[in-house]
Amino acid sequence: MAYTPPEANAPQSAKSEKIIPHHKVKRAKVEAVNKAEKRSLYAARKKIHPKRATGTFRTIKWWVMAVTLSIYYFSPWIRWDRGPGIPDQAILVDITNSRFYFFFIEIWPQEVYYITGLMILAAIGLFLVTSTAGRIWCGYTCPQTVWVDLFLVVERFFEGDRNARIKLDKAPWSASKLAKRAAKHAVWIVIAVCTGGAWVFYMNDAPTLIMDLYHFDAPLTTYFWICLLTATTYLLGGFAREQVCTYMCPWPRIQGVMMDEETLSVMYRHDRGEPRAPHKKGDSWDGRGDCVQCRQCVVVCPAGIDIRDGMQLECIQCSLCIDACDEVMEKIGRPKGLIAYDSLANFDRRAEEKPEKIRIIRPRTLLYTILMILIGGYMLHGLMHRADLEVNILRDRNPLFVTLSSGDIRNGYTVKILNKSHDIRKFTLSVTGLDHFDMRVEGVTEHTADGLPIIEVNRDRLRSVKVYLAVPKEDLTDDSLDITFIAKDMTSDSISENSTTFKGPKK
Amino acid sequence: MSQEPEYDEVTDTYTTGHEWDGIKELDTPMPRWWLWTFYACIVWAIGYWIAMPAWPMVSDYTKGMLGYSQRDVVKAQLDSVKADRKISAEKLLDADLETIKNTPALLEFALAGGKAAFGDNCAACHGTGASGTKGYPNLNDDDWLWGGSLDEIHHTLTVGVRAVHEDTRISDMPAFLKDEILDKSQIRAVATYVKSLSDSSISAPENGAVLFQENCAACHGADGKGSRDFGAPNLADGIWLYGDDMDSLIATISYSRKGVMPSWENRLDAATIKSLAIYVHTLGGGE
Repeated sequence: MAYTPPEANAPQSAKSEKIIPHHKVKRAKVEAVNKAEKRSLYAARKKIHPKRATGTFRTIKWWVMAVTLSIYYFSPWIRWDRGPGIPDQAILVDITNSRFYFFFIEIWPQEVYYITGLMILAAIGLFLVTSTAGRIWCGYTCPQTVWVDLFLVVERFFEGDRNARIKLDKAPWSASKLAKRAAKHAVWIVIAVCTGGAWVFYMNDAPTLIMDLYHFDAPLTTYFWICLLTATTYLLGGFAREQVCTYMCPWPRIQGVMMDEETLSVMYRHDRGEPRAPHKKGDSWDGRGDCVQCRQCVVVCPAGIDIRDGMQLECIQCSLCIDACDEVMEKIGRPKGLIAYDSLANFDRRAEEKPEKIRIIRPRTLLYTILMILIGGYMLHGLMHRADLEVNILRDRNPLFVTLSSGDIRNGYTVKILNKSHDIRKFTLSVTGLDHFDMRVEGVTEHTADGLPIIEVNRDRLRSVKVYLAVPKEDLTDDSLDITFIAKDMTSDSISENSTTFKGPKK
Repeated sequence: MSQEPEYDEVTDTYTTGHEWDGIKELDTPMPRWWLWTFYACIVWAIGYWIAMPAWPMVSDYTKGMLGYSQRDVVKAQLDSVKADRKISAEKLLDADLETIKNTPALLEFALAGGKAAFGDNCAACHGTGASGTKGYPNLNDDDWLWGGSLDEIHHTLTVGVRAVHEDTRISDMPAFLKDEILDKSQIRAVATYVKSLSDSSISAPENGAVLFQENCAACHGADGKGSRDFGAPNLADGIWLYGDDMDSLIATISYSRKGVMPSWENRLDAATIKSLAIYVHTLGGGE
């Protein structure tokens, strides 16, 4: 987009403009923070005072903010009954017992690949959304965006909107200024503490922990996490704001790879807006663009940039400039959408006088979608068919086998039974692949009528038992026989077969 | 390559003059907070050098003002582990062997301690898997010279075999050739008879059985099944401590074997001996 906007070359000053503004449109004195100038090696942050925007996208953003914040703050308080002895918190990362609970899903450490799968899904989902409609994540749902919005609400409540805040910044210290500032920071810190506080409830039983926190009985690490996240929330939401997106976050650098000429993103339609000029009511619109240089798009921008300079790294595509511009277009009676979600290809199409097109389905988005369906389906299948019984068998390797006084050969095995259900279950253990054998399970006294050992495993727990198999010497046709241990639930038909070997002396 | 900075129209910024493969570097200013953060890190590092051990010297290192030492931390952690172990070890001392075996928490502690102690003290002869070797009993099997109950194992460990202990376990088989009790042909006949007890394919000479009853049955029993009262091995089973080939058997009868296990009473503390007894008992041959 290497065109030169006239404003960049003509130094702006309100005096030299000598124009009578449109009677309905307020013209703001403002410059984009990233305007060209002789810069030093290090630049101080220019404070940005975004004006409150109103419109379709702002409304969407309010809703997204309400939903995401509610999910974050209230999720740990949702209860989900799983039976006695098992946490009843719907979402819980139980580090002590190494379990992850999510409503009806429960993940043991050895199933951590589900978490990996979720990460992969999230990544591809991000690619899909970005290649379709640009930085939707950044503009609407990123925690940085959401919390900065929340902090701005507080700021606006105590200090007023943009102009009042600029005035307050310049004003000398007074009782009222101190009161406003103190109130604002106090509320910020309360929000920050709640944010850091909500985090630890995901790791512990929330109702218990909140009482412990109140009585200062909670572990020190809990307080440490609360303090750390309080500090980061307060700093990043109150002070760093757009600096996080511009300097700390890798996403602005990565997104370029996922976008192509058909990607929708927030754009100033310079082919319609240029040449820009102030406009008086009654003037003709012939031979000029629709941009009236009111700079409302710059005023509302939380990153403090000018969307009319084209695509920029700093732009998080929050769409507030669309709302601001549409409002102005309505006032001056021009069609909306001078700033809108548009694709680079449409600029070319308009130049060639072809109809505009929105091509959401393209090889790139199809590939991302197919990948997501495949991975999501695979994971869902895994979760749906997750066995609530798993058996691991470890053969004794030292000694490989033991000769008994009767001449029989004995092998030892450690059998680990994972009961992933929420009931206490009893399993029988049997062996196939041997004609004659004597099985002894250490610590098991109960047996079925046909002499199979009964192993009881507690709900949601693993039990490890030592099993000794003795086989008559003459049955050993080879120095290694393939055998199968079968663990069977006595009440359901749940069954787990695991093959291992039975070793004897060299033939 | 470094050249003069040039003006870049697209970004309204000058370049640094650096260029690689036609890619030019813009001279975008860095945020000032970044610089401050960098300075703060330097200040923090200097403070850290003063407070904590940091700089290596020729033969020593700077200790730091806080007196922190990782060795001390490890020592404190080890001490706390030792203190914890002491509590559990005392519980082991208070409980009898049967109680320990039937109390999961105590059993777990005893097995862990027993396993470690076995590796340190017993594995040299009995092997890390306790499977023994020629002359050193296999502790996994069901064949016990002195008994395989918890108490018997515990007693054997305490007093040893042919050890320096007043109650030590001791069995005294004569060296039949060396002591001129039997001659070589008689020994061969007895050896063949003994082998025939567990191997039906061997036919023993008639005098073998007679000689056995006269010389061996007193300890090993008329049926050769041995006796734990004297530590006399069972000669009718499939397990041979010193080998079941003819040469080994003849050597055993001719010169006798006198295996030794030290008494552990004064070498290990009582809790460890208890743990070892339990560990050995759970290896699969415990009675």
